[in-house]
Amino acid sequence: MSENFERYQRQLLLKGFGETGQQKLQDAKVLVIGAGGLGCPALQYLTAAGVGTIGIVDDDIVSLDNLHRQILYTTNDIGSAKVVMAAFALEQLNFDIDIIPYNTRLTNQNAIEIITPYDIVIDGTDNFATRYLVNDACVVLNKVLVYGAISQFEGQVAIFNYGTNATNYRDLFPTPDNTILNCEELGVLGVLPGIIGSMMANETIKLITGIGQPLVNTLLTFNALTNQSHQFTISPREETAKFIPANEQAFSEMNYELFCSANNSFDIDANRFDELLNDTNVAIVDVREVGELPLLDFKNVPVPLSQLTQSVYKLNKDTIVLVCQTGKRSTQAAQILLNHFGTTKKIHSLQGGIVNWKKQHAENVG
Amino acid sequence: MQVNISIFGPLTDIITKDNLVINDINDTNTLTEQLNKTYPALATIKYAIAVNKNIITNNTILNDNDTVALMPPFSGG
Repeated sequence: MSENFERYQRQLLLKGFGETGQQKLQDAKVLVIGAGGLGCPALQYLTAAGVGTIGIVDDDIVSLDNLHRQILYTTNDIGSAKVVMAAFALEQLNFDIDIIPYNTRLTNQNAIEIITPYDIVIDGTDNFATRYLVNDACVVLNKVLVYGAISQFEGQVAIFNYGTNATNYRDLFPTPDNTILNCEELGVLGVLPGIIGSMMANETIKLITGIGQPLVNTLLTFNALTNQSHQFTISPREETAKFIPANEQAFSEMNYELFCSANNSFDIDANRFDELLNDTNVAIVDVREVGELPLLDFKNVPVPLSQLTQSVYKLNKDTIVLVCQTGKRSTQAAQILLNHFGTTKKIHSLQGGIVNWKKQHAENVG
Repeated sequence: MQVNISIFGPLTDIITKDNLVINDINDTNTLTEQLNKTYPALATIKYAIAVNKNIITNNTILNDNDTVALMPPFSGG
């Protein structure tokens, strides 16, 4: 046994693993996209296990509210680039492997160049635009994709684009849904991405070493509150092909942000919102759930999104302006009201939500 | 004839429970139409449907005691 493998002794002892398995890990090249809640645990376990080359893509900086789930970072890292701090911590953990940080946002202009040198891509991103972009890039480049995603207390894991009869993310969700909220707004228990990110690392190690039954064409769901876990078989869809760019050129011409952005015909900006604030024919409706902060210091009707459908009778003004934290839930609420009222009422959503509105006011005052 | 429906993720906020039992429903298209009538917010959301642990790609006939899962995409990471 090579002296370098001493570090991996406990996994070398495993049935079906051995020095051959360790050599496969050392030869493997894995790209982790997103060094957040899912990316951190995946990176830590893949680094510890001895995956020879690990790329990390992220353009974000460490913030205080990341630390409850992104446990690769420390309080001292706040304000620093995630990929830099991650690479530093991972090199301390295992100096035998190559860590390659990409301090950039993955776009359809740089994805081909970044992904091409790798064998396996891990999707630990936090938005639909990048998830569809990563999926399509992996299909175009024929790279295996280990997918994981979370929402509140639930997680999903799957392996796409592997072997014959390969499926991809669009066989599960052909086109983006713009109404489902992302975890930034919904909240997430810190342990959940730890569990799901560790499962992603586990699946990656199984794929590389050829042990066990990886989740190929299988969607695993896990609920942290009930501990219920299910597996669903994914089959190719006929219509998937028409959504995926045919080649690298077509991929580079896609507009993922636009394609994933919500129907913005409801949106009004902070200035227009200020004008409507004092109009007596306008109802300002706060669709956040009870107890969410900040409290609003203007007249409003609180109707949590979860109760909107059964509370539409409360809305009798001609113009309704929906507000929430960042503008996502209010857009969803606007769609619900449009379905209910049709064109009998004017329905608006405060773009960027209360967060953006407060920021604009602070700037105007400052 | 009854069908058991399992509800995942943010869809449980709309349906306000994580499972339902629906009687006398022929196929998945009829099921989603009926759900959309009862829960209009569902109609705006795209989600995957599984029948007996297989993600379906087309309208699927439902039989007694089938289990249907409604699974929305998650974006969080």
